[in-house]
Amino acid sequence: MTDKQHITIKGVKEGLVFLLDDKCEFSALLDELQFKLEKSHQQLLTGPIVHVHVKLGARQASEEEKESIKAAIRQRGNLLVQSVESDVPQEPEGENPHNLKVHTGIIRSGQTLEHNGSLLLMGDVNPGGTLLCTGDIYVLGALRGLAHAGMQGREESIIAASLMRPTQLRIGEVISRPPDEWMSGDAAMEFAYLSEGVMKIDKMTQLHRLRIQPVVFKA
Amino acid sequence: MGEAIVITSGKGGVGKTTTSANLGTALALLGKKVCMVDTDIGLRNLDVVMGLENRIIYDLIDVAEGRCRLNQALVKDKRFDELYMLPAAQTKDKHDIDPEQVRDIILELKKDYDYVIIDCPAGIEQGFRNAVAGADRAIVVTTPENAAVRDADRVIGLLEQSQVPARLVINRIRANMVRSGEMLDIDEICQVLAVDLLGIVPDDEKVIRAANAGEPTVMDPSSRAAIAYRNIARRMLGDMVPLMPLEEKSGVIKRFRKFLGIG
Repeated sequence: MTDKQHITIKGVKEGLVFLLDDKCEFSALLDELQFKLEKSHQQLLTGPIVHVHVKLGARQASEEEKESIKAAIRQRGNLLVQSVESDVPQEPEGENPHNLKVHTGIIRSGQTLEHNGSLLLMGDVNPGGTLLCTGDIYVLGALRGLAHAGMQGREESIIAASLMRPTQLRIGEVISRPPDEWMSGDAAMEFAYLSEGVMKIDKMTQLHRLRIQPVVFKA
Repeated sequence: MGEAIVITSGKGGVGKTTTSANLGTALALLGKKVCMVDTDIGLRNLDVVMGLENRIIYDLIDVAEGRCRLNQALVKDKRFDELYMLPAAQTKDKHDIDPEQVRDIILELKKDYDYVIIDCPAGIEQGFRNAVAGADRAIVVTTPENAAVRDADRVIGLLEQSQVPARLVINRIRANMVRSGEMLDIDEICQVLAVDLLGIVPDDEKVIRAANAGEPTVMDPSSRAAIAYRNIARRMLGDMVPLMPLEEKSGVIKRFRKFLGIG
């Protein structure tokens, strides 16, 4: 048998729960299931009729695969498969930039706020504080620390702040160091973006030129 | 039950010990029963600033390790009957005591005193954790320098994590440098740190002189820093005291000289 167990069988009030590992090969899973049912767990699996729930973890199994699991368990006459389920399919977070998180508070020196998706911070980022995001960063407050948007290479990400006074800005792989590279004296809300691999900064009112989203008015 | 207040800053040399000594004395001056606790083990100097060095018999570690009773280690101040100090050990280091032990000692002291003022060492390591363990509130001391403000910010973040509410004292302000824009001004610091301002203390040579003499500055009412510390102590008691003006009140002659541009 393989050195690592892929299947955990737990007894619950309703019957048995089979927890199947979601990282390994599906065939390995089936083999082990067969083995467990036929060899190692006989004492547990004989007797009165037992309801069985199968949990697949994060694995997204096809109908055939689910059917083969059911078939394998049904071989034991006393096991009644009630359900074969995967965890609620989570949005593949990093790929969905609209997974917006709203956070309220001050990110102070030495503190880091990390998020898969976009981040709306209601508060300041102080020098020495860090924001890390795979999507956009919007700060309703003063950005005085470091902000890194589009961490996994989403170069169309932006960093917007009510007061843009960062120690450093990063979008994708591009690092910019104000005020050496640019300085904005404006008190208006601004955003940073990449244009041909160079970081630029502009007033919030110009964002629509970068991101064309037709406005739909509903009557 | 009294209140335990930790005086901390992150950065060294901004005036934690001076502030502890002066606020402790100022509170005693206002008739409160105060105990100051030095948690800067290995680098104690609250006793030096208070001029009580030669009266120390036992210290914080002795109490923690049960070599003496808490009351035996307390040093009574030479000026006030209701002012005591628990000195730190000089020969040990910060790892010889843990936050739980400090918390127990502070808890014990809070039963007998109105205020327990805890002088915190610089840094954010073990010594800081020890000092903060028993505190109900914190006073963060900073100076109008970028480095000190950064460290104060870090410390405020850590205090928020331990749910110790912090207030700010800005120490060593020089009116002329603020006026010329060479020094961070108070509003700027408060904006970044976003905590309540408890008071400002002007830079004053008398503070250094007094510390060397082992006599807290607050005792000398002619010093502007002394007045500032007394104001802070009154605010701690809940009085509304306006911030003192940075500039000294100028007399007619001074104003006239200023008018002519030679003042």
